[in-house]
Amino acid sequence: MEHYNMNLTVKVWRQKNSKDKGGFVSYPVKDISSEMSFLEMIDVLNEQLIVDGAEPIAFDHDCREGICGQCSLYINGKPHGPWMANTTCQLHMRAFKDGDTIVVEPWRAGAFPVIKDLMVDRSAFDRIIQAGGYISVNTGNAVDGNSLPINKDHADASFAAAMCIGCGACVAACKNSSAMLFLSAKVAHLALLPQGEPERKSRVLNMVAQMDKEGFGACTNTGACEATCPKEISISNIARLNKEYIFSSLTAEK
Amino acid sequence: MTWKQVFTSSVGKKLVMGFTGIFLILFLVIHAGLNACIWANDGGKMFNSGAHFMGANVVPRILEIGLFAGLLLHIIQGIMLEVSNRSKRGVAYAKDFGNQGSKWYSRSMGILGILILLFLILHMTDFWFPNRSHQGFLLGEEIDLYAKMKETFATLWVVIVYVLGCLSLGYHLAHGFQSAFKTMGVHNKKYNQLLTSLGYCFSIVITLAFVMMPLSFYLGWLN
Repeated sequence: MEHYNMNLTVKVWRQKNSKDKGGFVSYPVKDISSEMSFLEMIDVLNEQLIVDGAEPIAFDHDCREGICGQCSLYINGKPHGPWMANTTCQLHMRAFKDGDTIVVEPWRAGAFPVIKDLMVDRSAFDRIIQAGGYISVNTGNAVDGNSLPINKDHADASFAAAMCIGCGACVAACKNSSAMLFLSAKVAHLALLPQGEPERKSRVLNMVAQMDKEGFGACTNTGACEATCPKEISISNIARLNKEYIFSSLTAEK
Repeated sequence: MTWKQVFTSSVGKKLVMGFTGIFLILFLVIHAGLNACIWANDGGKMFNSGAHFMGANVVPRILEIGLFAGLLLHIIQGIMLEVSNRSKRGVAYAKDFGNQGSKWYSRSMGILGILILLFLILHMTDFWFPNRSHQGFLLGEEIDLYAKMKETFATLWVVIVYVLGCLSLGYHLAHGFQSAFKTMGVHNKKYNQLLTSLGYCFSIVITLAFVMMPLSFYLGWLN
């Protein structure tokens, strides 16, 4: 694809802190290369803001190679921008053309309060994981990987669910701000493997309880989450989570 | 895990919606099947004897209480979920996510549900209430429901409202049918594809069947 430069207007949500009301501010950015990533474009804008003596825009990012789940940004009405199966850091400026106005908002959900500008507090996800998204291996040596026979289909489905990077795009896209796609990926990932079996029931029950406590909405199976997920986590995981929940709540000892 | 904890969790609340939804879908099949007797075109003989069976027998009348319980549960839980879900995003987006990955009717189940409820109130005031009050709310004598239908569906605006009510129901079912099974844990791809197609077929057939009833009377297709 041919390289080109563009001038853009970036309309960004600015908010001093969690208490501030916040609002949109439009910034012109010049000579942006089509080869730049979206975050590099914001870096350029921030350099310009610093030179002008203004406060740079706060946003989350870490690996910038699409695997850490730190970058967020709701760009032009879609989490992680217009490309499918893509994170914001892997969105490149060739997705836009000269003269475009790009609207950038933080994830919007009561459970993800804005810390500053485009940064939101996603620690609710950490607490959901702490409620059961793990397996307990207390002691001993690592066993040989092939000593536990695992059904190939289950291993594949588990791996597909484990692709979830916990970015929260599903919550941002959902009309109910539901965390069900995230939660279901974490539950399905371990429920499909023999290693997850000992804590299978308590895991799903505790994680759903924690999700509700954090103030996420309930799932209505609309499918917006699946369409925006940068890792293409399947919505069928949600149905699997429901099955796990029904089975676990009906057969739990207490 | 107490029952209370299960049914007050977000997944449990959805289960209530799913189970009552399927229950109401079964009712729709019976309702549409029975009403289809008007097309026997015998001046309402077959239809009225069907209605008599449902209205004057103890067993269907006891089941009717169950139907109301399921309906109320579906309505109350649905409204509570809708209100709660809407409260979960304090600040709205400037640019909406829109139709990407989801259908408008799947995102409008609450509004469609309210429209159906309003229609249901009108519908029950038209038929159920006059009939049951005539029966003294027990097993008394019924009114001629076929004649009542003929009289009700002679007015154009009533027919239009009924058609719109049935369309709301159709769109509600188009999402609700398949969503209910997903909520109950059907995750296998082959079943989901089957249930989704079945759901669309069911919504279309049920909507057409119900829409044709007032139209048949209004357009004079029946004797």
